[in-house]
Order: sequence, then C-alpha cells, then structure tokens
Amino acid sequence: MAGFRQGIETAIPALRRYARALTRNAELADDLVQDTLVRALRSEHLFHGGDIRSWLYTILTNLNRNRLRALARRPALQAIDDNDAPEMAGPEAGARDIERALASLVEDQRTALLLVVLEGLTYREVAEVQGVPIGTVMSRLARARMQIKAYLDGDRPALRRIK
Amino acid sequence: MIDRDSPVTEDELHAYVDGEIAADRRGAVEAWLASHPEDAARVAHWRAQAEAIRAHYGMIASEPVPARFDLDKLARGARSWRAVAAAAVIVAFLIGGVVGWMAHAASAAAPSRFDTFTAQALDAYRVYVVEVRHPVEVTGGERPHLVQWLSKRLDYELRIPELEQSGLKLVGGRLLPGPFGPAAFCMYEGPSGERFTIYYARTDSPQTAMRYREADRFAAVYWVEHGLAYVVSGPADRERLLNVAQAAYDQIDKGASQGRP
Repeated sequence: MAGFRQGIETAIPALRRYARALTRNAELADDLVQDTLVRALRSEHLFHGGDIRSWLYTILTNLNRNRLRALARRPALQAIDDNDAPEMAGPEAGARDIERALASLVEDQRTALLLVVLEGLTYREVAEVQGVPIGTVMSRLARARMQIKAYLDGDRPALRRIK
Repeated sequence: MIDRDSPVTEDELHAYVDGEIAADRRGAVEAWLASHPEDAARVAHWRAQAEAIRAHYGMIASEPVPARFDLDKLARGARSWRAVAAAAVIVAFLIGGVVGWMAHAASAAAPSRFDTFTAQALDAYRVYVVEVRHPVEVTGGERPHLVQWLSKRLDYELRIPELEQSGLKLVGGRLLPGPFGPAAFCMYEGPSGERFTIYYARTDSPQTAMRYREADRFAAVYWVEHGLAYVVSGPADRERLLNVAQAAYDQIDKGASQGRP
C-alpha cells in the first residue's frame, strides 16, 4: 500500500513541528514523532481510509498524553519543562514568551490551540483527534487564548498595552 | 441574511479568527468588530498569538527530515516493537529529557563527558536492542574484521571482550556517529535474549573510575581508560551489569597490558 507509506512520509515535517510545539523540546519531540511513525506502520491494517494526517495527529496526541501521565508519576523529573531556559532579553525574549505561555496551558487546551493555529486543522478535525464534540474544542480554544493573554499581560509589562 | 444584525457570540469571534465563520455571518462579525473596540482588540490579540506561534515553530516543518525517520528502517523495527514498546517510550522520554536538559545547559555549562557519552550509549542501546533482523552491521562471526574495521574508524586499537564467562555471546557491532567523532557499538546477547552493549568513543577526558547510571528499565556503566570512553549498557540489574562491566574491563585491561612491550 504505497499510498499509505507516502501519506505518512509527507506528514513527517508537520508532525515534527507539532511535536516540537507540544513538548518544547527538540529531542523529546522527535522521539514522539518516531514512536508515532512506528505505531502507525504497525497499525496499517487498522487504517481504513480517511485522512492519514488527522490519524497521525491523533496517535501523536495520545502518545504525548501517555508521556505526560508517566511524567506525572515522576515528580522528580517534572523540572525539565519548567526549567526550560534562562531569562532572556532582546529579540529572543518575545519568542521565549510564547513558548512559556504555551507551557502554562492545560494539555488539552494546548493541543486544541496548536492543531488549529499551527497545523491548520478544522474544528471538526480537531474534535475527531481529541475525541470530543466541537463545542468542547471551541471552549478549549477560548480558554487557551484567554490564558495566553493573561500570561503575557501579567508577566510581560512591555506587552500590557495590548488589551 | 436575516440574522445579520443579531449579536455576535464569543464562539463566532474565534471562528472568525480561524477562518471557520459561516459565510453569511462574516459581514455581521466585521460590522460588530467595527463598533466594539474591546472585541476588536481581543481578536487582534488572538491573531497576534497565532502569528507568534507560527513564527516560532513554523520553520521546523521546512527542516530536512532526519535520517532516523526512514520508514523502511522503522517498519523493520516495528515488528519486534510491541514487546518493548512501553519500556522504549519511557526510556525515550528519559533520554530525551537528559539530552534536552543537556542542550539547554550547554550554553551555561558544557555537559560532562559522562552525561554526553552515557546519553549517547543509552540512546543507541534503546534503538538497536529492539532490532531483531539488523541489530548490527558486522556479525560476531566476523570478529577479526569487526575489530579491524572499528579500530580503523576510531583510529584506536579496540578490544572487543569475550563475555562467554558471563553467559553472553557477541552478536556483532556497528559504527555510530558520536558527539566528537565516530563511535563503536558492540552488542552481546544472553541465553534468554537479554542484550548488553558496549559503546566506545575517543575522549580527551582523563582516566575515570566506573560510574553507574540507571534510566528506568535500562542502565549504563561508564569509565575512561587510555583516552577511550566505554559505556556498558543493559537491563537495569545493577549487580549483573556491574559484573558484565567488570568482566569487560578486565579483558580490555589485560589485552592492553599484553599489547604493550
């Protein structure tokens, strides 16, 4: 089934982008992508048509959720994300802000926001990936945007003017 | 439309930003925003957030795809994956964490050689220990060729110990890219299929004592001798792993002293 393989291959760059934004850690992200690909290849018989890309996003999202559950059981290691990077100033600071703002989100909200704004999925596709009704996707999106705004307003006086 | 002037909901504002607004409501939303500056500012902020996210992560999709994502290779590994999937995911995460931490620490303080080599060796262990058909490039049956080839590439006369006394048979070896040049990687297998590996890399570190590191189900023992770093990796059974490492160390040491005049 060459189309299947090709569909997966084509999606790799976008999966890496999504995983990087989800985890904010290059190595971790690529490990997630690799696990996603392995799982997809192994589950070829379970794939009955449809959008390969959405299916891959679903696998990656679920694997990341499992990873975070494992992480929650290991409090000693949780510092890796929080401790992400030293304070920075200058042009890097803005980029660091959005990274930290994303880190402050609840996982389901971060997933919904990234799938919509970074990966360009429709609300319906995100609902399928997350296995929830569209209304839930929209409320996750709304809460994510509110939280990011609050984070940026609260932590960065320079951005407080944007209301 | 009829409801053109009905109040715009919060959901509609999001849908508008994300290009999901129904065509017959677009005009109503735009009119609403023109007369409601607070909502217009919120919409502008949401757009700025999306832009910032895309600006920060967008370019990753344009990077060349790393070789590790070769689907043929992954498909071969997939067959033996199931049994160790849970462990591999956890170890992937642990190693990812170590490497990620090292990457972030790199600007402040260079990671120790111990961290670097141990992470590399465990990474290689994790990748190749699940391989059933292609765990090595040169098999243990061609030991002289294996030793000669890897020694040449590392520019160092390697000793590949015989660990039969510890119940381990040499499966073979392969060349790996290391942090500071080529690294060699040899795999051993026990009667019940458990695998141990020895990772070799040139280093400028001084001689060190043996150090042990555990990462969930797997563990590594690291030492440096005569400019070569060794990492013996295997299942996280401290006593067993230290025995294997000690046996390897003894043979390497013996070989080295015999080789000298």
